[in-house]
Formats: sequence, C-alpha cells, structure tokens
Amino acid sequence: MEYKRKRKILAYIMMIILSIFFIFPLFYMISISLNPDETAILKNMATIRAFFPAEFSLKNILDVFERMPFARFLFNSTFIVSTTIIIGLFVNSLAAFALARFRFMGRAFLVSFVVALMIIPFEAIAVPLLLITNRLGWLDSYIVQIVPFIANPFYIFLLYQFFKSFPSELEEAAIIDGASWFGIYWRIALPLSRPILASVAILHFLMQWGSFLWPLMVTRGPTYRPLTVAMEVFFGQYPRNWGDIMAFAAMMTIPVLLLFLFLQDTYVNTVSRSGIK
Amino acid sequence: MQRNDKKSIASFLTPAAVLLGAFMILPFLMAFILSFTNQRLIPSPRGTQFVGIANYLRVMGDELFKTGLKNNVVFVIVVVPLQTALALGLAILVNIKVKGNKFFRAIYFIPTVTTMVVVSVIWSFLYHPDGLINGFLTTISFGIWDGIDFLNNTSTAFPAIMLMSIWQGVGFQMLIFLAALQEIPDSFYEAADIDGANTWQQFMYITLPQLKNTTTFVIISTTILAFRLFTQVFVMTNGGPRNSTYTVMLHIYNMAFKRLNIGYASSLTVIFFIIILIISIIQRFVLNDTEEVQ
Repeated sequence: MEYKRKRKILAYIMMIILSIFFIFPLFYMISISLNPDETAILKNMATIRAFFPAEFSLKNILDVFERMPFARFLFNSTFIVSTTIIIGLFVNSLAAFALARFRFMGRAFLVSFVVALMIIPFEAIAVPLLLITNRLGWLDSYIVQIVPFIANPFYIFLLYQFFKSFPSELEEAAIIDGASWFGIYWRIALPLSRPILASVAILHFLMQWGSFLWPLMVTRGPTYRPLTVAMEVFFGQYPRNWGDIMAFAAMMTIPVLLLFLFLQDTYVNTVSRSGIK
Repeated sequence: MQRNDKKSIASFLTPAAVLLGAFMILPFLMAFILSFTNQRLIPSPRGTQFVGIANYLRVMGDELFKTGLKNNVVFVIVVVPLQTALALGLAILVNIKVKGNKFFRAIYFIPTVTTMVVVSVIWSFLYHPDGLINGFLTTISFGIWDGIDFLNNTSTAFPAIMLMSIWQGVGFQMLIFLAALQEIPDSFYEAADIDGANTWQQFMYITLPQLKNTTTFVIISTTILAFRLFTQVFVMTNGGPRNSTYTVMLHIYNMAFKRLNIGYASSLTVIFFIIILIISIIQRFVLNDTEEVQ
C-alpha cells in the first residue's frame, strides 16, 4: 500500500511539472494579449510578472480589429474550413460506401490504389498544383483553397473500414422495401457512422485550419487570406507590437482550444484511429 | 437493386475520383514530367522545352539543397527518438489510474490543436534575447547564464526550433501510444505479478514488445513529418541564420515561388517524394516482418 501511494504521489509530481512545460506558452500568450501597456510587456517579458499584468484590458484585441481586417480573415478561414469539411464528408463517404458495400470488378484494386495514394504528401504535389490552378485562373480565390482538399484518400480509407464492418443484412431489408442505394447510404449508413464522421471532420479541420504553405502560395492580398497567413504577415511587420501580435494569436487559438477540450473524448478516439494506418 | 448496379457505383465514385484525379494524381504525375523541363510559372516567350536530366544534374551541385537535406536528416536524428520516447513516457504517465489523469492528458494534447503558425509566433517571443526562456535560465543559474539570441545564432536556432516542434507534436503520439497501451490485456501484467516480475521487467518484457507496431508507426510518421518541415522555419528564421535552419521544403518553396522555376522545383519535389516513399516502404517492411497485422 505504502509503495503504491508513493508511486501515485510521484506520478502527480511528474504530471504537474510536465503540465507547466506544456501550458506556460499559452498562458503567456493570453497574459500578454490582455496587457494594454506595451512598455510593461517589454520590461517584464522575462519575469514571472509577464503572467500577471498590472492591468487587464481588451485594448490589444480592439487594436487588431483596427489595424487589419481581422473579421475578414476569420470569415475566410471559417468559410474555407467548413465548406471543405462538409463537402468532403459527403464526397469521401460516398466513395467509401461504394468501395465497401458494392460488388464490382476492380474493387479490391481500387481499395489498394486508395491506400497507395495515402503515401503522397501534399508537399509532393504542391508545385504542379500551383501550375494547374494558375492555368485555371484560380489564384487568389476561395475555390483554390477548397476544391483541391475535398477528396482525401486517408479519409476515404477510414470511412471504408467503418462501412465494411456493417453486416450484410443491413441493406437487405431496405432493398426489399424498395429503398434506393442513395436512400440506404443517406438514411441508414450515415446515421450509423456518426463517430467515424466526427473523426474525419476533426482530422479535416486540423489540416485545413492550420494550412499554411498552400494559402501562402495562392493568396495575394488580404481578400482571400486565411488567419494563418494573416498571422504570419502581421508577425513580419516591424516594429513588432507584441501585445497586438499575442491578441491576434489568442483570438485565433482560444476558440479552437475550447472546442477541442469540449470534444476531448472524440479527439482522443480520432487520434487513436489515425494511428491504425 | 443489386450490389453491382453500375449506375449507382459510378455516381457514388465519380465525385471523389474526379477530384483525386485532377488535384492529386494529375499533379503527382506532372511533377515527374515537369522535372525534365524548364517550365516557368509564368511561361517565357520562348516556351517550355524538355531539358533531359539537366535539372537533376543541377540538384547534384546545389549546395543549398544539400544544406536543407542535411538539416532535415539532423532534425530526424534528434527529434524522432526524443519525441517518441517522451510520447511513450507521457502515455504511460496518464495511463496510471489516478484522479485527474484525463485533465493532464488534455493539457498535454493542447499544443497539438494549436496551429503551428501561432506556436511559432509565441515561441519566437519566448526565445527573444530578453525573453522568458533567457530570463528563466539566468534565474536558475544564479545569473551565470548570459542571455543569447536563440533564433539569430547558428548553433542555437535549429535546436530551439526542434524543442518547440517536440512541444507541439508530442501530444499526438502520446494519444496513439495511450490507445495501444489500453489494448494490452490486464491479465498479462497480473500473470507477471504472480511470477514476481518488477515494474521495469514488466515494461521491458510486456509493454515494449506489445507496442512494437505502434512504435514503428510513430517513428515512421514522425520521420515523414520531419522531412515536411516548413512552417516553423519559414515563420521563425526563414532558413537563417546562415542557412542553419534551411530545409528541403523551404528550398522547393523558394525555387517554385520566388524564382518561379517550376521545372527545377519539380525535380526537387520528385526527390523529396522518393525519400518519403523509401521511408513508407521501410514501414511496411518492418510491420509485415513482426507479426500478422490485421
């Protein structure tokens, strides 16, 4: 008993030390973002006082809205990400359903082809894709940030594995009742697949929300610029105003963190799923 | 209504097939073809010609590419073992059945849902010559530590980016390890307890062998991520100082986007892909080698 208690205390001590390591940069960001006094920020940046500003205000946040079209960037990111996820869920699950539930020649080959495509990282196609989208006249638009990222072999594969696990009786009753294949997909398969759809949506969200290299290449002005590129552009402007920079970072980060803390178990399941490649 | 209804099959598969074909398979194949041309992003009046293997010959003598590749390899050698070990340690820690372990699990994965651009910006401030990390080091060394400009120093810039990358990414691998740990049957440990095996022996002879496939997966996927290194170095140092943080992806970006030399960037892309392919093949090999996986 004594040994077990000691082990527990040791575990707590280690967990707390590690949490400080993982959480302090985010606390730092929040404290600086709420500190209206740039001189105090620079004076106290290396001390514990940086975490406890003498005064709190939303001045930096208002500054960000004043200095740049932040609302526009937020809209751009939200619009691009949500459109990609919604159309993506639809397109990828349709393909996965066909691969899992239909019988046709070349089906097994198509499945292995999809698995093979999973190896291609985006970076390996970015350059020719730039050429293609440039020829299509898509540069600096929403479409160039959405359409190429809808279909994804990894998400098709995850959904395929899930659809495959349904028993074959699933559709048979519906077939006798005269349902169409689309009806079976829409009214039976999708409602049964909420956990895997949530996982795919989460992975798709993280990929698109954090997307940087591609929007950096294809957006020119602020009109279609997402938050990531806007953050980088703002960060690159001198003289740097750290209060405003951290306010931008915090506004971009806190809502997402809260969402993921709220969806904690779903996120944990999603990551474990992504591990079974 | 049959399972081989051709019309249904076609309509279900077409949207994904068209999108994958146009925006993944086509550009992928184009990379190979373009790598043998002098294609520009904005076509020159003289048009585009096949130049044979000229681009690949140029890569051979491209010192910047070699620097980038060397840095990527160093990143792999340092970050992959550290990050894998730390992820496993964290997973074991939050797998101990104590109150609040879910809370700590959440704290450790928070950085993984924080966008890399934001992470890079925050850490740039932390690494400031008069910043928090220097302040902390000065305090714990009783003033012996003299503040240094981490990101402007050739010997510290890359290690600083490595530490930050581990901080951001380790929570993801922790969750993968955690899922695998929870699949090891309790009876294995109970039997070992009866046989009188201590904690260390249980870790060496039960936990590690049971995690073999997961560990392989984590090592390989972290290695691939390391070769894709771009955002951090672009935001924090842009490859500097004196190319000490330059990477292959940064070179591809500069060639394609700054020099508009699509042909040359494509040959770099092909080489980049071959590296990723080799790593992926090694993974399949090791996984098939161990036991029957699924």
